[in-house]
Amino acid sequence: MSDQQIGYAALLKRRHRISTCFEWTCRVATVSALLFLAALLAGVIWQAWGWLDLQFLTGFDSRRPGKAGLLAGLWGTSWLIFFTAIFTVPMGVGAAIYLEEYATDSRFTRLIKLNLSNLAGVPSIVYGMLGVTAFVRMFGMISAADGWTMALSLGFGTLEIPLPLGRCLLAGSFTLSLLILPVVIIASQEALRAVPPSIRHASYALGATEWQTIRHQVLPAAIPGIATGIILALSRAMGETAPLIVVGAMSYVAFAPGNLDTPMAAVQDPQRVLDAPFDVFTSITIQITNWIEQPKEEFQNLAAAGSLVLLILLVIFNATAIVIRNRAQKKISW
Amino acid sequence: MNSTPTVLPTNAIDQNEELRVDVTKADTTSARDEPGDAAMATARPTVSATSSVDATHAVKIRAKNVDFYYGDNQVLFDVSLDIPEKSVTALIGPSGCGKSTFLRMLNRMNDIIDGTRHTGDVLLEGSDVYDPAVDVVLLRKRVGMVFQKSTPFPKSIFDNIAYGPKVAGLRNNAKLTEIVETSLKRAALWDEVKDRLNSSAMSLSGGQQQRLCIARTLATDPDVILMDEPASALDPKSTARVEDLIFELKKNYTIVIVTHNMQQAARVSQQTAFFFQGVLVETGDTRALFTNPTEKQTEDYITGRFG
Amino acid sequence: MSTASGSGVPHSKAATSLHRSASLVRLKESGIRLLLFLCATVSMLTTFGIVSVLFSNAIYDVAPQQVGANGEARPNEAFFQQVSVTEFVTETRWTPGYTEKHFGIMPLVCGTLMISGIAALIGLPIGLCSAIYLSEYAAPRTRSIIKPVLEILAGIPTVVYGYFALVFVTPYVLRPIFQDMLGFDVGVFNAASAGIVVGIMIIPMISSLSEDVLRSVPRSLREAAYALGSTRFDVSTRVVVPAALSGIIASFLLAISRAIGETMAVTIAAGQTAIVTADPLGSVATMTSYIVNVSKGDAVIGSIEEKSIYAVGLTLFLMTLVMNIISQFVLRRFREVYN
Repeated sequence: MSDQQIGYAALLKRRHRISTCFEWTCRVATVSALLFLAALLAGVIWQAWGWLDLQFLTGFDSRRPGKAGLLAGLWGTSWLIFFTAIFTVPMGVGAAIYLEEYATDSRFTRLIKLNLSNLAGVPSIVYGMLGVTAFVRMFGMISAADGWTMALSLGFGTLEIPLPLGRCLLAGSFTLSLLILPVVIIASQEALRAVPPSIRHASYALGATEWQTIRHQVLPAAIPGIATGIILALSRAMGETAPLIVVGAMSYVAFAPGNLDTPMAAVQDPQRVLDAPFDVFTSITIQITNWIEQPKEEFQNLAAAGSLVLLILLVIFNATAIVIRNRAQKKISW
Repeated sequence: MNSTPTVLPTNAIDQNEELRVDVTKADTTSARDEPGDAAMATARPTVSATSSVDATHAVKIRAKNVDFYYGDNQVLFDVSLDIPEKSVTALIGPSGCGKSTFLRMLNRMNDIIDGTRHTGDVLLEGSDVYDPAVDVVLLRKRVGMVFQKSTPFPKSIFDNIAYGPKVAGLRNNAKLTEIVETSLKRAALWDEVKDRLNSSAMSLSGGQQQRLCIARTLATDPDVILMDEPASALDPKSTARVEDLIFELKKNYTIVIVTHNMQQAARVSQQTAFFFQGVLVETGDTRALFTNPTEKQTEDYITGRFG
Repeated sequence: MSTASGSGVPHSKAATSLHRSASLVRLKESGIRLLLFLCATVSMLTTFGIVSVLFSNAIYDVAPQQVGANGEARPNEAFFQQVSVTEFVTETRWTPGYTEKHFGIMPLVCGTLMISGIAALIGLPIGLCSAIYLSEYAAPRTRSIIKPVLEILAGIPTVVYGYFALVFVTPYVLRPIFQDMLGFDVGVFNAASAGIVVGIMIIPMISSLSEDVLRSVPRSLREAAYALGSTRFDVSTRVVVPAALSGIIASFLLAISRAIGETMAVTIAAGQTAIVTADPLGSVATMTSYIVNVSKGDAVIGSIEEKSIYAVGLTLFLMTLVMNIISQFVLRRFREVYN
């Protein structure tokens, strides 16, 4: 062996040591990320222990920690997600269908796609600022002092729409819809793209029109992917706070929107259902924020309990999305 | 089995225009790639005058009773082969016969793939290559490999060649420059790139990239160079240059080349091993194997009855 | 639809023309196409809305003067019609709510950058090393378990991160180390706790994107490197990461842009003090926390204080937009090479 060989052998040992060190560094990094997650969950659960009970879930907020509850936030978040879904699903899926199935590769189409990816990266608070100007104040076209109410009488109650919309639940929903729309569109696009072109070609060859192909072949095949995307987008909306604060959600609210505090009340007094979208509102996230800011230490426990409820809801949403995705993958294999 | 020219099969047509198969010439005196017996040229690959194993060459690599498995699938069956040093051994056979798998055993590249196992021994100069005490990194420095598709790193030409020595620990810039120059000269690429060593390797042509990969392998100062169909993705002119290169390199390196091009095997190698469906059917002196194979399978493959 | 019935044999009707007819079906198709097109344009409207809202409140207002409840004229001028850009950029004090008003954005930008910087210090190395581990070292089964678990970190609402920063990171991590051991003064609200949790929040973003990018590097490159006598460390750091570098940088940019736009975690944990400082252990204000705090407060609509949030919002929007555009451009160039 030459001198060089002997030098090489010694270096080789060191190189192996470095390689092993590096591998362990990367492992430690990954594990530490997981540990952060564990610590976070453990901390929240620990602080929430004993505070998450039925009274917490069915009571309204109070100045006294012992009596404070999440009900207003639960109703608010439920309404918000409900309306956000109503607005986002048709618009998002419709836009995705247009972009994937109809649009030609023109400059305008490329502009739309570029625009979508940029919108997905805009901070959520900017959406709040858009929302407060566009929906709450309606661009100042009708000033709050001159506002009036449009009333529509439906048999069981009167639908009263205030103009300008003001700091109401619907304005919050519109804002959240705009926020998650790019996400829904992009996810739906991917789901549509995953459907092989051969399906479309076969349909056209049988004499079907574009819309017929989409409605009967492409869309049904893409629905699991689209549904997963929508559920994940809605779960993201559920966790949003900043845009709602800017839009004017209330921090301390001791009633549910429209005073609709139990499902039974919807049946007994349907007017409340019609009032709810235009009422002031709060959300789970805003109640948590409010509690964190209170000086009394028990409110930290309430904040933890609220956080735990939120996390559980998110787990349910995400698990549903995963189940849908897995079941679809089993049924359809291209 | 001699001298019966059969119908000229398509894969016996020489792909290399520069090394023409001259069916009238019978000159065997020059050392390089002259056609052999005219009558046989129509049916089987022409064998060069140097296509004989020099009996004085020691055994560099010895494989003994090697079985190889991908999971439950056995792809090599009791393969035993001696590879002499400082000569070219060609592994031929139809697709899927296991020749590439066997080649990759020699520098333990199969280790990278999950779920593989083997029995039997592979010995490099007498020592077991698969001994747990063996340092794979060191092994691969000594046994280099050139792949079918050239894979230059997205770096400069200089950095590509210098990669091997650099990871080995060489930092001295003067020495590195010297090694890069020597390797490029040995790979017959120096003249073409000496003015642009710092430009990206991706800007080279296909043939140049492959020679770059050969130079890269040479830079680690190996004893053995394994080549997995090194010219199959190249045009005839580049192929010829690579074959010339192999001919030069065999003076100093032990070369094992996998090829599906029998003419190539006949042109460049001294020993040929014919694989079929994982079995080493026949091995021997290249000239002898191509002119007078002992196994019928070999004869069938060489004359193009299948493959 | 006018297809033949039953046996499939075309009827002997004369008009089996292939020419287009303006049938009801075609009208319906066009209508549907138009409807879907309108859906697609909503996203353009959103961008237009954001830009015009920020522009008209921050830069130049074209709307007529507003008339207040008592008939008085309420000023509606945009922010930069009342405050000079020079002051905005060079002044080091930000006090729109005080009697003596200063409008220098620097304190807010300083707070934002400090928290994003700390977040980057934590998120980038851990994210990149995790990506390398998942791409180069981990077995496929391990990958399939760890990847989704890491994604959970990304899905946790930011209020929970803010809560964690305030209630756990400051008292149990920062105070024991920096106050008790090293003697620094750690405020209840500080930039470090916010920076740490935002760093944790962006780990999955970097990890996931970088891993995708690393896996795009062709296997043949790794094999060639191994065949030259490399250790795994050599292959990863000298071949794979350099080949994937532009994609990795793109993921860094995206993650930092996310950190800059983060609102609730910093609002809860970092405080409200608009100050140009290098002390991560004290209270700071960021662009995002300022907007939230003013929105929660009692600023009069149309006042300069209220207008200031649009100026801050515009700055925020531009910063994140530029980073996102560069990042996407780099990522697209990378994908062209390896796909």
